[in-house]
Amino acid sequence: MTESIERVDRVGWRALLMPMGVLLGAVGVVLGLLFLTDRQAAANASAVIWDLVGNSSEATNLRRGGGDQTLAKLIALVVAVVVGVGGIWLFFAGMNAIVERLLPERTARKVIPWVFVGPALVLLAIFLVFPAVLTIVSSVTSADGLKNWEWALTNPAMLATYRNNIVWLVVGTAGAVGLGLLIAGLVDRVKHESFAKMLVFIPLAISLVGASVIWRFVYAWKPGGLEQYGLLNALWTGIGFDPVPWIQTPPINTYLMVVILIWLQTGFAMVILSAAIKGVPAEVTEAAKLDGATEQQLFLKVIVPMIRGSLVTVTITTAIVVLKVFDIVYSLTGGRFDTDVVANQMFLQKFQFGNEGRAAVLAVILFIAVLPLMILNVRQMKRQGLPT
Amino acid sequence: MTAPRSAAGGTGALSNWQNGFVRRLPLRIAVIGICLLWSLPTLGLLISSFRVPLDITRNGWWTVLFNPFDLSQYTLQNYESILGAEGFASGFFNSLIVTVPSTVIPITVAAFAAYAFAWVRFPFRRALFILVVGLLVVPLQMSLIPILRLYGPEQLNLSGTFLGVWLAHTGFGLPLAIFLLYNFMSQLPGDLFETAAIDGATHFQMFTKVVLPLSVPALAAFAIFQFLWVWNDLLVALVFLGAGSDVSVLTFRLYQLIGVRGESWHILTAGAFLTMIVPVMVFLALQRYFVRGLLAGSVKG
Repeated sequence: MTESIERVDRVGWRALLMPMGVLLGAVGVVLGLLFLTDRQAAANASAVIWDLVGNSSEATNLRRGGGDQTLAKLIALVVAVVVGVGGIWLFFAGMNAIVERLLPERTARKVIPWVFVGPALVLLAIFLVFPAVLTIVSSVTSADGLKNWEWALTNPAMLATYRNNIVWLVVGTAGAVGLGLLIAGLVDRVKHESFAKMLVFIPLAISLVGASVIWRFVYAWKPGGLEQYGLLNALWTGIGFDPVPWIQTPPINTYLMVVILIWLQTGFAMVILSAAIKGVPAEVTEAAKLDGATEQQLFLKVIVPMIRGSLVTVTITTAIVVLKVFDIVYSLTGGRFDTDVVANQMFLQKFQFGNEGRAAVLAVILFIAVLPLMILNVRQMKRQGLPT
Repeated sequence: MTAPRSAAGGTGALSNWQNGFVRRLPLRIAVIGICLLWSLPTLGLLISSFRVPLDITRNGWWTVLFNPFDLSQYTLQNYESILGAEGFASGFFNSLIVTVPSTVIPITVAAFAAYAFAWVRFPFRRALFILVVGLLVVPLQMSLIPILRLYGPEQLNLSGTFLGVWLAHTGFGLPLAIFLLYNFMSQLPGDLFETAAIDGATHFQMFTKVVLPLSVPALAAFAIFQFLWVWNDLLVALVFLGAGSDVSVLTFRLYQLIGVRGESWHILTAGAFLTMIVPVMVFLALQRYFVRGLLAGSVKG
């Protein structure tokens, strides 16, 4: 009895507070969004702050669109985080309150899940599903649709591009997964294991552009007779050859760019496979050793088959990354010197040549290439358990 | 251990040790080779970024190692010029402004969705979840042109704004976020939910009071993943922020440097290193969570 009175009290107290809070919050979010979409608002806000501390010349500068924008940017950052996170929580809490309070319980129970998944589904629809469908449809139905497809499938330069992508796919995936497996297996039995792992692991945090600069320096070239500052040419001339401008020399340049990706991705394969190897029960490896298996046999015939699931996952994930490769090619050669790949050509078609139709066709080709991997991924997921 | 091996290796502790050492030699060499291959390129960049500009291309960075204590060969000048004249300081802020909301917003949206996928029954749950997993590997490129049109001046007018990039990164990051968080949340013990349901807790209460606090490891794992992804991204920034100098991020600045000042290695090395500092620090500080996230994402625990 007392309990139910308490509950009523609590509800009554909240009944006033909640709608007011939600209303105030909603106004705040709308104002915040307006603030963020107005390109001059943050600068004006920081100008007010400069006025308050008495630096009016800086304030005038900012109002005119000049001056130091750092403060303005920090203000925008704070507003963004508050509006973004606050807005989302407000939305969920508000919707939840509305559904729970205003709808009959049976309906409420049916609607609540959609409050939870709704925003995610809407965002996915806007940013992935609809655009993908639009791209597919427009690649076929646009004015030059068929001509574009013909170009994409028969143009010799495009065929060379696909060949490069295949090199990336095969060498890049095999390299990263193979080396990752090798290192995971080797390092498992060496002192200072974590140090070696750390070194291989760190590149995962580096951007592809950053890694491109790192390796561009390794591949740097000076004419023969001069002292080389690029590591590769220093070694190359050290054993008696003439220096090579690696990045400009096909077909080796594509392979050397694949090396950058392998260098970056091996850490991923290593971490996952190393965890999988550690998960192989000790009894199994002991039994194999008792049967007289050498270390190689143990690794190749016992451990590798036992971690096949992880190997498949790592291979699929890596292959997807490799197929979509863009940054390295775009920043090192821009696709020149016979190094073009589909993602780069798609970008060039849209932003260099302004040919949206061809860009759409290339996006669809990329999608078709990834599709089998997607199906494998979903299958793998099914094996791991889905909601029923 | 076995008869033939001890016969070949002779007897005594020393030769046993020698035997082991020689047998392990290839392994050691391989591991050392791997360590070198993975550290030398970065080391070269780092050392060069502190060298006097003219020296960098005069001879290899490794010449520094022969007399590392000659301090006259080092300088901070490269960093001064990259932060000042090349506008990397504002790029740094822009990267931060793009990255923080682009990390926090998708996590929040995805956490709600993952909870529902894991613990609330509703129609089409399975089909929708399969759709989300499928979207995981739809190439970004499929979305670029339509969204760019949506962001155009006649429609949302979001091109070149931070808001536009945040939303794009949120959309592109959601499938992985939902997937990772679902994997984690669905593993939570079911008793938790039964007890809470008996106590009359609503889904919203269960989510905020029980599931969210327990999911911190998974949230942190995705946060690091997304933070690194956004910070290191070039394509999305290139397409939706473009070349506007007041909004462009570090990766874009670095890309521009390669094109414009491709042989100015003093600027390039310092610039590249500067773009790497934040993600590498975040990565090293929160490694454990990141590894856990990777494992949850690819091998079922």
